[in-house]
Amino acid sequence: MNINYGSHRLVVGAHYGMRDWLAQRVTAVLMALFTVLVLAQLIFSKGPIGYELWSGIFAAQWMKSITFLVIVSMLYHVWVGMRNIFQDYAKPYAVRFVLHVFAIAWLVACTGWAIQVLWRL
Amino acid sequence: MSESAANTSKKRPEFRNIEFSNLRTLRWPLASLASGMHRVSGAIMFFLMPFIIWMFDNSISSEISFLKFKNAFNVGMLGLPGFIWKLVALGLIWASLHHFIAGMRHLWMDTHHHHVSKDFGRQTAAVVLMLTLGLTAVLGAKLFGLY
Repeated sequence: MNINYGSHRLVVGAHYGMRDWLAQRVTAVLMALFTVLVLAQLIFSKGPIGYELWSGIFAAQWMKSITFLVIVSMLYHVWVGMRNIFQDYAKPYAVRFVLHVFAIAWLVACTGWAIQVLWRL
Repeated sequence: MSESAANTSKKRPEFRNIEFSNLRTLRWPLASLASGMHRVSGAIMFFLMPFIIWMFDNSISSEISFLKFKNAFNVGMLGLPGFIWKLVALGLIWASLHHFIAGMRHLWMDTHHHHVSKDFGRQTAAVVLMLTLGLTAVLGAKLFGLY
């Protein structure tokens, strides 16, 4: 991987191919497990599903920490996915660049909001 | 280079990356439909992310905001009637179900290369599409109060 010249040189930038491919799968598994965890607490609850039950799920500190982890995982997962879409369909590089900047701004702003909601509970 | 060699090299078909304008004219076998819908569902959730976080915020912050959350779907919000917001929620239900189930299929294929074949791809894609649409119909019926 250290050959930086000739026909074996690395031509894909910051060698993010394998890293991001794997990160997208790891974050997917984390989010899937979290989804099962939340759904299980809803399904195996007794009585009507109202505010008490729903907010109670996120009340424990360990649940807050896990939710924080999942929010950050989502940020990275969605970035890789949207970048893939833009790389495939957004052809003039100027357009692609603008879309990449938009995606990052959109995701960072959304992530900040989600974390704010979580930590003020 | 002789002239005939130049001619044959000219006729060679070129396969480039898919462009947006190709999407309509492509054939869509089940496996590619499941894959394409995985992209579409992901993009939908990306663009509706502020609405998703709005729902998280209002459903969880207080009793009062929880009522605001419920009223958006039962009464309406931002000048739009409740059923429009229910339709948006239904779209999100479909998107998350499809993304989740098709994602499971992708993870399975990533970790079980020896299972992957054309038939496997077509059959599992059919399962993904049917499961997704079935669950969306069941949850959608609940959302619109049919049972």
